[in-house]
Amino acid sequence: MKFSAFASRNTKEILRDPLTLFFGIGFPLVLLFLLSAIQANIPVDLFEISNLVPGIAVFGLSFISLFSGTLIAKDRTTSFLMRLFASPHTASDFILGYALPLLPMAVAQSAICFTVSFFLGLPVNLNVLLALVVLIPAAVLFIGLGLLAGSIFNDKQVGGICGALLTNLSAWLSGTWFDLNLIGGAFKTIAYLLPFVHAVESTRAALNGNYSDIFPHLIWVIAYAAAILAIAVIVFGQKMKNQKA
Amino acid sequence: MIAIQTTELTKKYGTKTAVNSLNLSINEGELFALLGVNGAGKTTTIKMLSCLAAPTGGDAVLLGNSIISNPLAVKETINVSPQETAVAPNLTVKENIELIAKMYGSTKSTAQTKSAEMITAFSLTEVAKAKSKTLSGGMQRRLSIAMALISNPKILFLDEPTLGLDVLARRELWAEIKKLKGKITIILTTHYMEEAEALSDRIGIMSNGELKAVGTAAELIERTGAKIFEDAFVALATESEVEI
Repeated sequence: MKFSAFASRNTKEILRDPLTLFFGIGFPLVLLFLLSAIQANIPVDLFEISNLVPGIAVFGLSFISLFSGTLIAKDRTTSFLMRLFASPHTASDFILGYALPLLPMAVAQSAICFTVSFFLGLPVNLNVLLALVVLIPAAVLFIGLGLLAGSIFNDKQVGGICGALLTNLSAWLSGTWFDLNLIGGAFKTIAYLLPFVHAVESTRAALNGNYSDIFPHLIWVIAYAAAILAIAVIVFGQKMKNQKA
Repeated sequence: MIAIQTTELTKKYGTKTAVNSLNLSINEGELFALLGVNGAGKTTTIKMLSCLAAPTGGDAVLLGNSIISNPLAVKETINVSPQETAVAPNLTVKENIELIAKMYGSTKSTAQTKSAEMITAFSLTEVAKAKSKTLSGGMQRRLSIAMALISNPKILFLDEPTLGLDVLARRELWAEIKKLKGKITIILTTHYMEEAEALSDRIGIMSNGELKAVGTAAELIERTGAKIFEDAFVALATESEVEI
């Protein structure tokens, strides 16, 4: 496989950055502990562990966009990508090289999140494995968003867009921090037109054994993931074809 | 034998013409310098020849392969050391070189062997296990050229290889480039007069996207009646196209 050497490099670049560990694993876990502590003192349905952990897992995945976007943007701004583009590889080789290492990282990140949740009261059963599978389209969505942002913006802009804007927007619009019904109106309508709340709802459905509720939400995530990934591939391919002087 | 032949090679960005109808012939084993001020069209020329930017007109044939109809075959025979630092920052020197070797088809063991040879040849042994982001600018440029050579290219593009380096680092890099002369075809872009004069077999002077003159440094000096090469460059950069 022509992209495997490049994929291996991308894995090393991401895992050797200490910020990856902090934002990718540490920060979501801190939130998980914090919100569980709130739940212990002031019980709220939303923060019950089986409702909370899907939201935290999706929130954690939003950092995957930051990792992939920053890596691509840095490669572009340092001309490393120019060197790679001069090699006999196609656009799909590069896209696979960037995207594939991130998928196992995303699954591992979610798995850590669920494992820690076992200690906070999440029942250990096969539904957790199903929830991990249901999260894969969301992981692809966030990888695609990172690819797209990294292909368009520089690393500082990616930091702002993916690190601040996307993580916050995806959290607010996912129904993790607050019940969207409390706000209702246009906010709720917009939230349900976007994929983030559907990613959380489908994972909640899987985790709670409500299997018939999974697919109506998951189809939104799959559609968005396919569309975003397709756009990212087109934009990346265009950038590869025409490196401006 | 001709390594590179361009025919009316042109690149436009909107209304701006970055390279205009470039006709150029470079022989195998030649070190050819493209000399010009910033914005002259040197880097755009390199990007077109290395299939990184599609021409808007004309064509170029590298070792028998067209950059338009057969870019993947062209890419098999070339490599590029870009203008800016182009190394993977969190990978070691050794890992950077091996990465490029593997991307050009080397097996793991071959990549390791070739990388060890390249590390010795470019005096990078002491920093072989250091992350490339910790290297000095001069060392990073040396690594960048080693990465470009690991694929055994027949044509090597060096885009402003000594830009921003101090005098000592520049001279060290010149020595490395001189060792390659005659072994592979090298196209070097620079806006340092002395660099073009010291390293190249022939020099092409570009200005406003056009090739103004081609010849050896001595020929270009003689052509203009100048005393030094810098004066010859200034005179030729403002003249219409001349083949010496």
